[in-house]
Amino acid sequence: MSLVSQKQVRRGAIRIEDAVKIYDPEGAHILAVDHCSFAVAPGEICMLLGPSGCGKTSLLNAIAGFHRLDGGAIYLDDEMLCGPGRRAAAIGPDRIVVFQNGALFPWKTALENVAFGPVVQGRLSKPEAFARARQLMADAGLGGHEDAYPGQISSGLRRRVEIVRALLNDPAVLLLDEPYRALDALTRSVMHEALLDTHARTGVTIIFITHDIEEAVFLGHRVVVMTARPCRPKRIFDIDLPRPRDIGIVASKRFRELTAEIAGTLDAEALKSFARGEKEGHAA
Amino acid sequence: MTQQAAIITPDSGRLLRFRTAALPRLLFNRSSRRAIVSILAAIALWQLGATSREWLGWPVPVLGHVPAPDAVLVAWYHVLGDAGYWQSWYQSFLRVAMGFAAATAIGVPFGLTLAMSPTCRGIVLPVFELLRPIPPLAWVPASILFWPTQELSIDFVIFLGAFYTIVLNVLGGAETIDIRLVQAARSMGASRINIFRRIILPGVLPSIGAGMEVAIGITWEVVVAAEMISGGGSGGASGAGGGLGFFIWNSYVGGSYPDIVVGMISIGIAGYGSSALVRLLQTRLTPWLEAR
Repeated sequence: MSLVSQKQVRRGAIRIEDAVKIYDPEGAHILAVDHCSFAVAPGEICMLLGPSGCGKTSLLNAIAGFHRLDGGAIYLDDEMLCGPGRRAAAIGPDRIVVFQNGALFPWKTALENVAFGPVVQGRLSKPEAFARARQLMADAGLGGHEDAYPGQISSGLRRRVEIVRALLNDPAVLLLDEPYRALDALTRSVMHEALLDTHARTGVTIIFITHDIEEAVFLGHRVVVMTARPCRPKRIFDIDLPRPRDIGIVASKRFRELTAEIAGTLDAEALKSFARGEKEGHAA
Repeated sequence: MTQQAAIITPDSGRLLRFRTAALPRLLFNRSSRRAIVSILAAIALWQLGATSREWLGWPVPVLGHVPAPDAVLVAWYHVLGDAGYWQSWYQSFLRVAMGFAAATAIGVPFGLTLAMSPTCRGIVLPVFELLRPIPPLAWVPASILFWPTQELSIDFVIFLGAFYTIVLNVLGGAETIDIRLVQAARSMGASRINIFRRIILPGVLPSIGAGMEVAIGITWEVVVAAEMISGGGSGGASGAGGGLGFFIWNSYVGGSYPDIVVGMISIGIAGYGSSALVRLLQTRLTPWLEAR
């Protein structure tokens, strides 16, 4: 973790202990997450890799506070977010989710979107927030798109604007739920390098859900391979590839070894999920 | 298809704020040329049908029984100097404006309240759904009974016509708001009021606009029929100031058939004009939709 920048205090450690999540639509009693435990270090990029509908998103939503947990606990920097006596975490700007299809406000320009958090929190005045937003967008190479509405820019740019919007809230953890899934392969690799660059500058902890093994290996410090539903870590891989990483690394021997090994681990789970006819994104 | 759609949507919005340089381009581009030719052809056909009355020994259906365009033009020219005709415009416009404004002013907050509160929805929606299938015109006699003036009863019927549409659109619009936008706003620390003001309200604005556009069309349908049924409200039988609907009816009763068509076309123009105004308002309210 030598590349984690020293600009920030070491924060953003997430610990999940025995998390249980049950969906019970009309008594169906679906166990989505079953006694799932793992920890994410401050400044780490932790990739959650698992078959469709395995329950990864449930876990992410529990961390964000959108869903409650039916058992176990989640800690942020040793402070309990949810657990016994507190089933749902408070929703707050210290943990921000970037969604699969994006959640930029269509009626606000890119700049207004980025400045949204500090403005509604009253943390910064509007001009201050706009100045910060402008700065952060320029740092992320998004200069010139400030006044565009989300509908006017490409989906790749939208995703980057959304990550910058999240960062302006100074989150301890960034929760990314397959943010690049809808993008084409070329755009995606541009996104990956931009994300690594952002991470190197901010050192924010990132929990990143994906279906894509190469994406997981390319970005992550660690890859947590999840079991088919109910979801829990099957095996955790340390990605010992050097950083900074660029696209050339995918051709390296170590990269291919890691992807092959992870694919082998994931395959059995994907088959299980497939056999159940799991719909993509369903009950995930 | 796309060519024609282009006339209706972006151009008609721009019509109202064109720059002078844009006018020749607007008049002479291919879709405008086609539109002009098709309208002229339709008028020529109408003229031919109305004046010949018989084609190859067969009576001309429909067209054979209506006044010819030239007769309509002459009648229109005469009526242009008649204060009663303009009074009719004013009357109908006023009624539409009153009913529509009331429907918007009450319908939008009402719809938003229903959308935000499941409790309200549970209590109010059944009654709303029970009343909704009753056509506004069925309310005319009852409305005359319970409103003190005939004018108010016509306004009320117009209000009903627009109200249901606006409320349903607000409700539908609120349902389509992506829950993730609300979640994103909450994670960034937005309060309930902020979420309402910055997410829900702009989120339903396109639906409010769409509802208003449909509603303004309905109000013109309703006002004409209401004026015919109620005998023109305060205008009485004189024909002056009874509104455009009564103008048409009165022309029919008085046997001045070209005036019927003058009234019909006037209502068409009035309806088109007010729709254009609503659309203009809509593009002002939702600039992000224009900018795609």
